Amino acid sequence: MSLTYLEAIREAQYEALRRNPDVFIYGQDIGQFGGAFKATKGLMNEFPGRVLDAPISEDAMVGLAIGAAIEGSRPIVEMQFADFSSVGFNQIVNQAATLYWRTDVPCPITIRLPSGGTAGSGPFHSQSMESIYAHYPGLVIVCPATVEDAYWMLLDSVELDDPVIFCEHKFLYYHLKADSFGERDLPIGRARIARPGRDATVVTYSAMVHEAVRAADELQQDGYQVEVVDLRSVKPMDVDTILASVARTGRLLALGESFPWGGVTAEVVARVVTDGFHLLDAPPMRLNSKDTPIPYHTQLWKAHRPTVATVTDALRRLLRY
Amino acid sequence: MEAFRVMVRARTLEDKLANLYKAGGRLVGGVYLGKGQEAYSAALGIQLRWQHDILGPFIRDQAARIAFGEPPLDPMRTYFGSVRGPMRGRDGNVHRGRPKDGLPAMISHIGSMVSLVSGMLFARRMQGRLGDAVGAVTLGEGGTSTGAFHEGVNLAAVEKLPLIIAVTNNQYSYSTSNDRQFACSDLAERAKGYGIQGRNVDGTDLIQCVQAFDEVVRAARSGSGPQLIIGHTLRLTGHGEHDDSSYIPESVKKSPIGRDCMLIAEQQILEHAWMNDKEIAEWKNTCRADVERMVATAMKEPAPDPFKEPWRALSTSELCEGQWTV
Ligand SMILES: Cc1ncc(C[n+]2csc(CCOP(=O)(O)OP(=O)(O)O)c2C)c(N)n1
Repeated sequence: MSLTYLEAIREAQYEALRRNPDVFIYGQDIGQFGGAFKATKGLMNEFPGRVLDAPISEDAMVGLAIGAAIEGSRPIVEMQFADFSSVGFNQIVNQAATLYWRTDVPCPITIRLPSGGTAGSGPFHSQSMESIYAHYPGLVIVCPATVEDAYWMLLDSVELDDPVIFCEHKFLYYHLKADSFGERDLPIGRARIARPGRDATVVTYSAMVHEAVRAADELQQDGYQVEVVDLRSVKPMDVDTILASVARTGRLLALGESFPWGGVTAEVVARVVTDGFHLLDAPPMRLNSKDTPIPYHTQLWKAHRPTVATVTDALRRLLRY
Repeated sequence: MEAFRVMVRARTLEDKLANLYKAGGRLVGGVYLGKGQEAYSAALGIQLRWQHDILGPFIRDQAARIAFGEPPLDPMRTYFGSVRGPMRGRDGNVHRGRPKDGLPAMISHIGSMVSLVSGMLFARRMQGRLGDAVGAVTLGEGGTSTGAFHEGVNLAAVEKLPLIIAVTNNQYSYSTSNDRQFACSDLAERAKGYGIQGRNVDGTDLIQCVQAFDEVVRAARSGSGPQLIIGHTLRLTGHGEHDDSSYIPESVKKSPIGRDCMLIAEQQILEHAWMNDKEIAEWKNTCRADVERMVATAMKEPAPDPFKEPWRALSTSELCEGQWTV
């Protein structure tokens, strides 16, 4: 049997709905239609009244979820695309993220953001929003890169008593396959060594983990062993695992698909430089998308985001330093 | 009569807050008052039952809060920043609440409480424990211009929630007059566009307000869906106490909309012989004494201690990033 990343998300939601009657899902076109990507396919029929079509009102969808959480529900909100969560931004960063701190009432909501670029999707159906949300205190930001993580981290997110921004990568939906969901091994907050190595560390997350692993495979032919750290959750960030890796390799490339100004990769570099400057044998490097909106045409899109080729190139420069 | 008593309590408390603000140095942060809106606010509040219904108040609803049952020391404790107040110094003034008792703590972003109160009702209904509870959310007329208001009201209508959307048209949104805020002649007509019921009421007239909210809340309780109500009055104070509201022309203040609902209510109470002069005077004295006691209590209470503050924004402590807490 082969399970896709998208099936993992659907199955995790099935399991979350089955386990706990307080869970419900709210989002556009998620009922009968099963969602723009079919992440809720069939769930409405299996859980009547708990998988509901929402009006195109991202602000009110999140507001409703927060109110429901106050009353003991554990809502999952599906944004049709991560990009549209900007319309619900205020509720997410000001209402959900501050609720526990202000009132002592926890806010167990999970907001699913179909994130990242796919060819031909253009500026408004391709964004990665994790850095924006990670900036705000009071939110947990997870970015699963594997089928297993998509499944277990979504279940963990729904069970967590805090608001979780669940960034699921659209590029991985259909491409990524696994034989089973495996076991829940690592909790949210812990990174994983996706590929061991000793010469350089790539710290990355989500779809870029796979680009990094392929780049590492390529460099192996030249005799280099590149370690790839999959952050899994970007906030909290598992700095211990990052530093331990840099201690082994002495070289750091922070890799992300989102825009280059600030963000997760800048944070990774800042933490390593602050807490592990003495571990570095070379200046740390960052690789992100270009500093323009995300292009529509496949040719431009491929050049906008980091790819195996640009990651390999960056690593060569890092290794040569 | 109950509403009138609430109005006096609210006005007394707020007059005290205004004085404390002007005296300076004691209160933490700004003061936002509901002077001129007490009749409308109290008339809503007396319809709602504490720990049964939901009230998402805006900044000028001291009266509704009192009538609903907010613990009496909450306002002073919050204004003084007492660690014993519900916000423990983490938030202040009108941004206070007790969500678990049905009184969510507003965030500043106008319009954003409409969907939140809707969500509370929605969850209770889904959990099968809504019963005949209703939720009320209040806004100023300026709040009706936000996208959040539109999204929230539409969503409440789609979900057919027992939500009362109580708008106070006090003619000014901070300094902006209505001709720069909306272009329709009657905000209540917007209800039609949402497929819900809407009506207007003279917010300076207590008896009319009480009747209107009696009907509106009854309609929501009995399953008629969201109810939009617009009360018309004038803000008889600055936007906050830092604001002298010199932009409000004398002619508006002297027009019927500028009547003080407190004076009208007092006349109405006397006319109907619900209370006499002496009883009213006694009630005012009681309220004044109560407020003084609240101030004395809240003032003495400890302020939050930054060294005892855990500085954690997540309820799951192991997910808080420790390194920031240097
Ligand atoms: C979304 C948003 N924009 C701006 C503000 C700043 N602000 C606070 S109160 C206010 C005026 C509100 O007017 P209105 O809604 O009519 O209520 P009123 O103060 O008259 O009771 C403004 C502009 C805010 N709190 N939220």
